[in-house]
Amino acid sequence: MSPILDSIGSVKAYGWGKVLALTSFESIATVSVGSGGAANVEFTSIPATYAHLQIRALARTDRANAGDAVYVRFNNDSGSTYSGHRLEGNGSSASAQFETSSTSFTLNRITAANNGASQFGVFVFDLLDYKDTNKYSTARALVGFDGNGSGLIGLDSGSWRNTAAVDRIDILPLNASGFVQYSHFALYGIKGA
Amino acid sequence: MTATYDCIATTTLGSAQANVEFTSITGIYTDLVLIAVTQIGSLGDYLGVQFNSDTGSNYSRTRLSGNGTTASSERDTSQVRINFYAQPTSNFAVNILNIMNYSNTTTFKTVLTRTDQAALSTNAYAGLYRSTSAITSIKLIGPSNFSTGSTFTLYGIKAE
Repeated sequence: MSPILDSIGSVKAYGWGKVLALTSFESIATVSVGSGGAANVEFTSIPATYAHLQIRALARTDRANAGDAVYVRFNNDSGSTYSGHRLEGNGSSASAQFETSSTSFTLNRITAANNGASQFGVFVFDLLDYKDTNKYSTARALVGFDGNGSGLIGLDSGSWRNTAAVDRIDILPLNASGFVQYSHFALYGIKGA
Repeated sequence: MTATYDCIATTTLGSAQANVEFTSITGIYTDLVLIAVTQIGSLGDYLGVQFNSDTGSNYSRTRLSGNGTTASSERDTSQVRINFYAQPTSNFAVNILNIMNYSNTTTFKTVLTRTDQAALSTNAYAGLYRSTSAITSIKLIGPSNFSTGSTFTLYGIKAE
């Protein structure tokens, strides 16, 4: 890795990359959406070797609208087994919503076809204790986009009322046929002790 | 599976400084995470972030905030930096910036940020840098000096 110049005010200090590797955080799988788009994103055969999972995404859907929600399912379960809460800021006011007995965990909105060109939404999604068979799976997410005069920022929490270990995660656009080119989804595992 | 989440650079201020800048950032990672524990001298107010030494009006952000009494939301447009508010003068704020897909040259760059200071408020931000250039430098600035003891750590996360 190239040396990093770390300049602090009038003082410059030279450091080097990979000062410390936190080996508990590992890349499991990545989906980069190509020119044809993708109807959904599936992470399957997720190994049970981690304590927690994190998905980091940059995404935009083809919905003819300025924004589109994303929903998440575990283990291909489309039953009414999900619930969640959302706290959202739209640049003018804050609001909160909840859902019960839903068929998916719905996240706040990312960008869609009517948002400005080159504007993609992003989210960081954490699924905690995903392999614990003694309790329901709980997730949280930080989701948002900004459009220089528009935008949303949201905090989401969700529960899947199932004690099965999660070995598959599906991510889908709520009102679109798919995610557009350059959307990018990366699944990471975080090890426990 | 490949281990990732590398510490690229870290700094603890031994004296008050006007700014902190990470330069020559390698493009080998997918995302950057910048953790800044900051106190801003006599003025407090905001932590400003600029990329690639770009001082044009290319920055904006949407904010969600709770101050213990009310939840609110507001935004900045066409700014010369992304402003993360609720920076204290008497305590330290914790700022975690997720700079997503920072090295791609196709999309504008979005920064998901949490800024928390227990005595003031808790905040979440979606920030935008309207440039498709890969980010190779990050400059952190405030309305007055960062106080001694402020820390800044930059991590890289690489998707395989």
